[in-house]
Amino acid sequence: MKDYNKLIFEISKEGRKAYSLPPCDVPEVSLESMLPGSLQRGSEAELPEVSEVDVVRHYTNLSNKNYGVDTGFYPLGSCTMKYNPKINEDVAALGGFSNIHPLQPAETVQGALRLMYELDNMLSEIAGMERVSLQPAAGAHGELTGLMIIKAYHESRGDIKRNKIIVPDSAHGTNPASAAVAGFEIVEIESDKNGAVDLETLKGVLNDEIAGLMLTNPSTLGLFEQNIKQIADLVHEAGGLLYYDGANANAIMGIARPGDMGFDVIHLNLHKTFSTPHGGGGPGSGPVGVKSELVKFLPVPVIEKKGDSYVLDYDRPHSIGKVKSFYGNFGVAVKAYAYILSMGADGLKEVSLKAVLNANYIMSKLKKYYSLPIDQICKHEFVLSGLPDDGNHVTTLDVAKRLLDYGYHPPTIYFPLIVSNAIMIEPTETESLETLDSFIDIMIKIAGEAKENPDMLKTAPHDTRVRRIDEAKAARSLILKWDGNKQ
Amino acid sequence: MHRYMPNTVADEKLMLDSIGAKSPEDLFTDIPQELRLKRKLNINNALSELELSDHMKSLGGTNKSADDLVCFLGAGAYDHYIPSIVRHLAMRSEFYTAYTPYQPEISQGTLQIIFEYQTMICSLTGMDVTNASMYDGATACVEAAMMAVENARRSLVIVSKTVHPEVRRVLKSYMRFRDVEVVEADMADGVTDVEKLKALVEAGTAGVIVQNPNFFGIVEDLTEIEKIVHANKAVLIDYVDPISLGILKSPGESGVDIAVGEGQSLGNTMSFGGPYLGFLATTSKLMRKMPGRIVGQSEDVDGKRAFVLTLQAREQHIRRYKATSNICSNEGLNALMATIYMTTLGKKGLKEVAEQSTKKAHYAMQQLTKGGSFKLLFNKPFFKEFAVAGAAPGSKVNDELLKQNILGGFELEREYPELKNGLLLCVTEKRTKEQIDKLAQVMEVTR
Repeated sequence: MKDYNKLIFEISKEGRKAYSLPPCDVPEVSLESMLPGSLQRGSEAELPEVSEVDVVRHYTNLSNKNYGVDTGFYPLGSCTMKYNPKINEDVAALGGFSNIHPLQPAETVQGALRLMYELDNMLSEIAGMERVSLQPAAGAHGELTGLMIIKAYHESRGDIKRNKIIVPDSAHGTNPASAAVAGFEIVEIESDKNGAVDLETLKGVLNDEIAGLMLTNPSTLGLFEQNIKQIADLVHEAGGLLYYDGANANAIMGIARPGDMGFDVIHLNLHKTFSTPHGGGGPGSGPVGVKSELVKFLPVPVIEKKGDSYVLDYDRPHSIGKVKSFYGNFGVAVKAYAYILSMGADGLKEVSLKAVLNANYIMSKLKKYYSLPIDQICKHEFVLSGLPDDGNHVTTLDVAKRLLDYGYHPPTIYFPLIVSNAIMIEPTETESLETLDSFIDIMIKIAGEAKENPDMLKTAPHDTRVRRIDEAKAARSLILKWDGNKQ
Repeated sequence: MHRYMPNTVADEKLMLDSIGAKSPEDLFTDIPQELRLKRKLNINNALSELELSDHMKSLGGTNKSADDLVCFLGAGAYDHYIPSIVRHLAMRSEFYTAYTPYQPEISQGTLQIIFEYQTMICSLTGMDVTNASMYDGATACVEAAMMAVENARRSLVIVSKTVHPEVRRVLKSYMRFRDVEVVEADMADGVTDVEKLKALVEAGTAGVIVQNPNFFGIVEDLTEIEKIVHANKAVLIDYVDPISLGILKSPGESGVDIAVGEGQSLGNTMSFGGPYLGFLATTSKLMRKMPGRIVGQSEDVDGKRAFVLTLQAREQHIRRYKATSNICSNEGLNALMATIYMTTLGKKGLKEVAEQSTKKAHYAMQQLTKGGSFKLLFNKPFFKEFAVAGAAPGSKVNDELLKQNILGGFELEREYPELKNGLLLCVTEKRTKEQIDKLAQVMEVTR
């Protein structure tokens, strides 16, 4: 429906229904005889009353107002918006995976435990780690879990002075936030002119209060941290551990492994590197991997193989405990497992080779039209620094909004913070040369429009369901729920 | 060539020429040789789609699902009926292949659904505001506890022993690293011991966490607890089952400050423990302490109603190390399924699901206890779960049930050693009289 603009509450009509339940077949008893009136709610919850057709039309119309990877190119840097294979949705929905209870006896869920055990092994192999826990529900949750493990490790050695974590200024916002939530103080270090860790700066902050360093490699600029070995040695010599933020792992599968670079604790994002859908903001999954000396600190339970059967091992006195109910986002793990089996060892390496080639191709074509602060080969993504300033004051935001008119999801903008007017482009390996070329053409066209018709960009988008939205008004009026006819 | 990667060798050649490189490997010269993996990953060769499908069916087939077994197990994950349209609509790929709605002009679908979700959760819980969802019930409860700590600048959190053991466990792991003390309040006859709680709550208490219906399915009366907590200017946190709110007094009506809970039972499959969604709803007074994404209504430059993420100044990507929560994502697709479920069931349907579950659970309790082999552990008003104990260990009873393809109850001794032979059974609207009678019949003869 063109211009459909209703809330579900606005199409509600007393007496309509979209559900059917069998008649209650146990003897009728009054509710009051089971639950005293004082424990019952005074008024009914205001949920909509609509027919089944209403529900289907309403949400189908809303889906038409969305843009997904299936709609078109989604070069959102740091988010690895690759194709989400359909077969993975099918297999995760099989009753044997989707309809099992987390507290069933282990002998009735051997397939599920085997899947988790094998996924742990495969992710460990890819990252160069000893064991992986699938419990964390997202990347940030994985960071927090990994930092808890680092703290538990130092405490177990009686080294209780180590309460600081080093985080580069190029890091994802979750890095310092996770460290703070894990009870650490944060030491932020300035990156060098290439966005890399400056060895002298690092040396200056290392001491016996440092618990560890958090790093993304490739960095948030899409560049490989070439001094990683020296960085690892310096941190280890100072008694600290290295944490790897796996947001950018799509660049290195089968080519280099965080474990071999010297990282002690890692997380991977199944919803980025391993193709599980982002779901409009979740569910994700952020498994945490550790080197052998840290395995004993992993969250409980750890899945172990005893003879031919798989068990949930809770008897782990050094464990940090639990960070989530049950065993993590199992349904997401099923899809990632299916993805790895679909790719195989060669396929995973090809993913990284092609992701990096696609990124370098776009970069080589766009650097003549947009500022490229660091001109060297990139990994799976690269960061432009907006349009050259020609006095028209067209911003990175304007470029992003204009891309919407041409049917593209814009890249990540204004991140990393160390690049002004950043435009962070990550094409992924699942995009064809034709798609990349069309995107490049449009980006060049927009650069031209910025010179010739800057207002066109400043007032973009023109062609979307809604146009630029007044964010200040949203924050000022704070309408956070539908409030009957008062609106 | 792999089916997920379109570029051919010829395409690659063109691209490499344009870059000025000879092979894709040339683009990796920045990775020092000694750090390169010199061997192939020790992972099997790729499977075709058919082989993968067969493998997954076979692996899934070694699990016994709630399609194969009649499920009387609850304890935090529930076998409620999910209408067919929930999955159909959630599988619209414009929803599930989208990222977080950072570009609101092309994300109005996701944003409006979160706005509708927020409205429904507020209505169910009777609270003023809620966020776009959290990882699960347990982590939502931790975030609520941190809100209480931040709000009062106090560092003691009291949690009733009738709160789900998993929730208490997650709470303790988090708080251990934040110098917040977690003290458990004892229970008496299956509910929070109000006298003992009163003795524990003091001027340093940031918050008190209770669960309703509690872990044993019992509906606790919060009247006294609310007075004790607020007399000490602490925050009352209530962990609730959203289905129960079809009929039970809402947290808002009970004077609760933060309502949290596990939203799985709202249209999400049990999926071996996740992904689920946690919800967190609170008062206007505590709104700015609330973590997580929030959607607000605004308008675009043409005056059209539009939705957008708002109050982002609270969030980690702005506050970085000053953030009090590191949560970044929500459980968007799970919240979407919960929204479609709540819409489909609607005002009357959710109430009917709650009523049928209550009636069937009470019928089951009567059938189980009438022969005298099992007795009800606590004689208190309950919702869809209740605890019984007989002469045989719970594990033995469950083994016998499993032989009859019945998934029995949660063995309470695992978490409460004093509840000898205790079994926590759950009965949802999906169970039939015939299934309940069979359960009672098998249990009756297990010694």
